[in-house]
Amino acid sequence: AAPAQQHVCPAAPPERGRLAPWVPVVGLEIHAQISSNSKLFSGSQVQFAAPPNSLVSFFDASLPGTLPVLNRRCVEAAVMTGLALNCSINKKSLFDRKHYFYADLPAGYQITQQRVPIAVNGSLSYSLCIDNKMSQMVTKTVRIKQIQLEQDSGKSLHDDTRSQTLVDLNRAGVGLMEVVMEPDMCCGEEAAAAVRELQLILQTLGSSQAVMAEGQLRVDANVSVHHPGEPYGVRTEVKNINSMRFLAKAIDYEIQRQIEELENGGTILNETRAFDSKLGCTVPMRDKEGQQDYRFMPEPNLPPLILYDAKSLPANMNHQQVINIDWIHERLPDLPSVKRKKLVEQYGILPEHSFTLLNEDGLAEFFESVVKQTQMKPKKVIGWILKDLLSYLKQHSLTVKESPVSSFLLADLLNLLEKKEISSTAAKQVLAELWKGEGKTPLEIVKEQKLELLQDQKELEQICQAVMAIKAGNPKVLNKLIGLVQKKTQGRSNPVLVKQLLEKKLSG
Amino acid sequence: MRALLLGPWLRAARGLPRAPGSGHRHRGHGGHRPQGPLRKVSVEVLDHLEHLALVDFRDAEGVERLQKAIQFADQLHEVNTNGVEPMDSVLEDRCLYLREDDVTEGNCTKELLENAREKVEEYFVAPPGNIPLPKLEERETFLQGSQ
Repeated sequence: AAPAQQHVCPAAPPERGRLAPWVPVVGLEIHAQISSNSKLFSGSQVQFAAPPNSLVSFFDASLPGTLPVLNRRCVEAAVMTGLALNCSINKKSLFDRKHYFYADLPAGYQITQQRVPIAVNGSLSYSLCIDNKMSQMVTKTVRIKQIQLEQDSGKSLHDDTRSQTLVDLNRAGVGLMEVVMEPDMCCGEEAAAAVRELQLILQTLGSSQAVMAEGQLRVDANVSVHHPGEPYGVRTEVKNINSMRFLAKAIDYEIQRQIEELENGGTILNETRAFDSKLGCTVPMRDKEGQQDYRFMPEPNLPPLILYDAKSLPANMNHQQVINIDWIHERLPDLPSVKRKKLVEQYGILPEHSFTLLNEDGLAEFFESVVKQTQMKPKKVIGWILKDLLSYLKQHSLTVKESPVSSFLLADLLNLLEKKEISSTAAKQVLAELWKGEGKTPLEIVKEQKLELLQDQKELEQICQAVMAIKAGNPKVLNKLIGLVQKKTQGRSNPVLVKQLLEKKLSG
Repeated sequence: MRALLLGPWLRAARGLPRAPGSGHRHRGHGGHRPQGPLRKVSVEVLDHLEHLALVDFRDAEGVERLQKAIQFADQLHEVNTNGVEPMDSVLEDRCLYLREDDVTEGNCTKELLENAREKVEEYFVAPPGNIPLPKLEERETFLQGSQ
């Protein structure tokens, strides 16, 4: 394989030849909702879209006299995620209160881990395609500063017409893992690729379902620009990015905005901006005027969180009260990067193929299922999966699970092709028919549309001879050809039309 | 959000609590009164505090009480804490209890909404957005007069 080129974000060229090139710097803070039955510090259910304020306990509503009780599953999810991201797990971590006023934060503070979080100093590797083609991929790494456990806030619905805010506390207190990435990225594309890989990892671990559309994965970007060799510029925080599509857009817009501002002699304010998806730009967030002072203090109701490993495991403690990091480590599933490697090694497909397979939910399993049921080589099967099947799915906006063509049917079809009973073109026709989902088997369709390859040697010889004769200048053989076509179509073809077609084809 | 009025509450308190351990030190004052000079707190800091905690110092006496409280707390600096690990709580050696991930609470919408002054179809009602406290010049606070 050719050595991978370094993907270098093109440093923005100077405007009007005035200033030196700009180096953009992007850091991310990602909040992933923990996949658990109940909340981080209370026993209320975690569920998307439930009647307002129905999944709220007295603690979540911040009524006096209530206390936080830590959910074991949330701790395990954070440990799994930390291990998958190559972090050091802090065997002793602490909880703190972060104070600010907002209608959807009934306590007036959020319980988080500011001083000593549960995991630190990890890394995430992700890949990018160069030049928009899937032919060359580069691997990059972003450092993970830390992962901390914290509470989610409730939801505010702004009713501007009646000048009021409606508050639903169903989400208040749901467990979050905040993953803080160091500013090692330089553009929207890198950020999007890193977030996508993190999403796949979280989904593989099961620690978060990480569906952006349901608010289970939220990304805030810290963006700044500076000249090479100079200190980092003032950064802005971009919030309200709620889809992967807008992530790259929002970041790239902000980079451009800052460059233009600075080149025009302006300054960048250390502010929070929201991404407006309709306008495609970032705007200052009015609610966050002035510097926030969160007045961090230790959470007095929670002693330190102690985690153990095989060596430090206490002898006489209740099993249920002990979290063993090594036990969790041993049970981690194969991460996406490992799965891709295995697919490439086992089936001889290209690395970029393995990316596409894992990128589509269920596609890798579909591919493997087809390979098991057919004699066709995996290297050939992958073409049918990625070019034909996937394009059909995309065209009709279907997931792999919703595919009208099952792995069994596709394998059946590919077997016909492999046994040379039909041609490649015919196979594509059959697939189009199978796509209608009318319940016919590939063989039935082949028979129906008479797509069987002409295997009769004698017949083929006759046709070839006739073609050669015509090429040699003998037009009378044309009639013989018409006769053969009639025979093949069992008298159903229009002789005049056939003559025209043959003449056209033979003159070319 | 309504401002929490500390003024009357501070006035009601009968003097400041006794300084703990003050009996050990002999400074000639008897150790009962806060020591050191009364430190003035700037208007900017007071405004910032009113903003952050949504309190209203109400009048000069309220501000003086704050300054006396700070002075009292400053006694902590007299203790040499070099090389001493800070302690958050005397319960720091206790075990943090871990709960099983079961759904055991919730489904009490009606009860919770009984506390709400205003509600709309099972939602709590709050003022629009976060009402930022108006700037010092625009507020009716006694701080305006001082400089």
